[in-house]
Amino acid sequence: MSELIIPKLQRERIIEYLEKGKRIDGREKSDYRNIEVEKNVSKNAESSVRVKIGKTEVLAGVKLGITEPYPDSLDEGTFMTTAELHPMASDQYDIGRPGIESIELARIIDRGIRESGFIDFKKLCIEKGKKVWQVFLDIFAINDDGNLLDVAGLAALIAVGNAKMPVYNKEEEKIEHKLSDNSLPLNKEAMSFNMTFHKINNSIILDVNKEEEAISNCRLSIAVGEFEKKLRITAMQKGKEGILTSENIENILNIVGDKWKEMFPKVKKYVFG
Amino acid sequence: MVKKIESLYTKRNDGRAFDEIRPIKVELGVIPSAEGSAMFQTGDTRAIAAVRGPRTFHPQHMQNPETGILRVNYGMMPFSVWERIRPGPSRRSEEISKVSEWALSSVIDLSGFPNTVVDVFVQIPQADAGTRVAGLNAAAIALAHAGIPMKEMLSAIAVGKIDKTLVVDINKEEEDFKEGEGSTDIPMAITSRKKDIALLQLDGKISPDKLKEAIKMGKKACEKILELQVKVLKEINNKVENE
Repeated sequence: MSELIIPKLQRERIIEYLEKGKRIDGREKSDYRNIEVEKNVSKNAESSVRVKIGKTEVLAGVKLGITEPYPDSLDEGTFMTTAELHPMASDQYDIGRPGIESIELARIIDRGIRESGFIDFKKLCIEKGKKVWQVFLDIFAINDDGNLLDVAGLAALIAVGNAKMPVYNKEEEKIEHKLSDNSLPLNKEAMSFNMTFHKINNSIILDVNKEEEAISNCRLSIAVGEFEKKLRITAMQKGKEGILTSENIENILNIVGDKWKEMFPKVKKYVFG
Repeated sequence: MVKKIESLYTKRNDGRAFDEIRPIKVELGVIPSAEGSAMFQTGDTRAIAAVRGPRTFHPQHMQNPETGILRVNYGMMPFSVWERIRPGPSRRSEEISKVSEWALSSVIDLSGFPNTVVDVFVQIPQADAGTRVAGLNAAAIALAHAGIPMKEMLSAIAVGKIDKTLVVDINKEEEDFKEGEGSTDIPMAITSRKKDIALLQLDGKISPDKLKEAIKMGKKACEKILELQVKVLKEINNKVENE
């Protein structure tokens, strides 16, 4: 991974705009770019999706396998997330072992889905202690124009939320080469989605583009869900070396409520609609 | 094509004529951050290709002061096939990358860009056989889109022999045909002007005469593909569908 260098003039221009409450691409500080979703991009997957926010584009797919359960959860299915920040997506990425960026991204998304309880892992047990379903979530970045975290996060939710179970042949103890009508067992009400705030100087913005991302000092990802009709925060991650002041946090928590009200029904529609 | 009555494969599983390619979709500029990019889809096999460069080649000792170097990286997405593929390179993907690199290197001219590298990234989001040739078709368009000097265009197709029947643009079900002589897969890439062969592989069993016939069929199919490649590069709205 190499860093994107933003010329000083452009950096100053972005900051100047932000100080006036504007962004260089004409958006408000907490506006998302246009969201585009295409489901079923691979007929060989249990589910798959292409999500594009602005020009940032990600493909995600879910495949299922069978494995032994973990010793500490003998009656629960397992879950694995991978993310490829491929050099196809950006000059900044290299071929080879996944860098820290893809590891962090995969872990944030993995946690968001696993810890929210969105997948009902108990229902993924085939034979306690011996055989459980294994859920693979694979994410592939096609084009990086900033905010891969939220784009990949939305793609992950849609992929997981629409997955069908393959047919399991009990006698032969193997998966047949076809999907059943049964969906992957979910707790739909437990779904939460990720919003990543960036701090540039003292401005807080959402859904950064590539240039904004490159000059931001600090980011805070917040996974938000619903509990008894109210906003609940289910996961957070602060990234990059900059710091957040108490006012920054307060500012973010003020925005997050309004943004959740606007985005949560949209996300639900993308995932289940 | 003359129908081979003695063959066990007398009718294609998807109803196509033996010399008929699947419906093709081509799209330009699918990866805006790359210098050139294209999507090439035949039936349910879809390939996307991005071209990055020419850019300085690191490490320095790999540089060639007389010409730029082409690097091809081919891969299948984990969910592109029924049996999930582990992310990252495999022996198969490394080999396909290399034969694709040789094929594309024969039609481009990087002598004007010494010490540089041009990277071509090919990814398969959905596979139904013929992924390397779909990848080559996408890559050739993406290279032209990126403005890389090309001596010729390159078009590719997989010809199959199913039992005794030759078919073009073989699909997965045909590839898995087990009866009689089984299935022979012959991916090939043909240059646009001299009609030379820039890639040729074969997996199965076939007589020399039948192989000659197969190459002839492949060349004919590549004409059709070439037409669509050229068309998309000339079109303003960047979308072509042949159906």
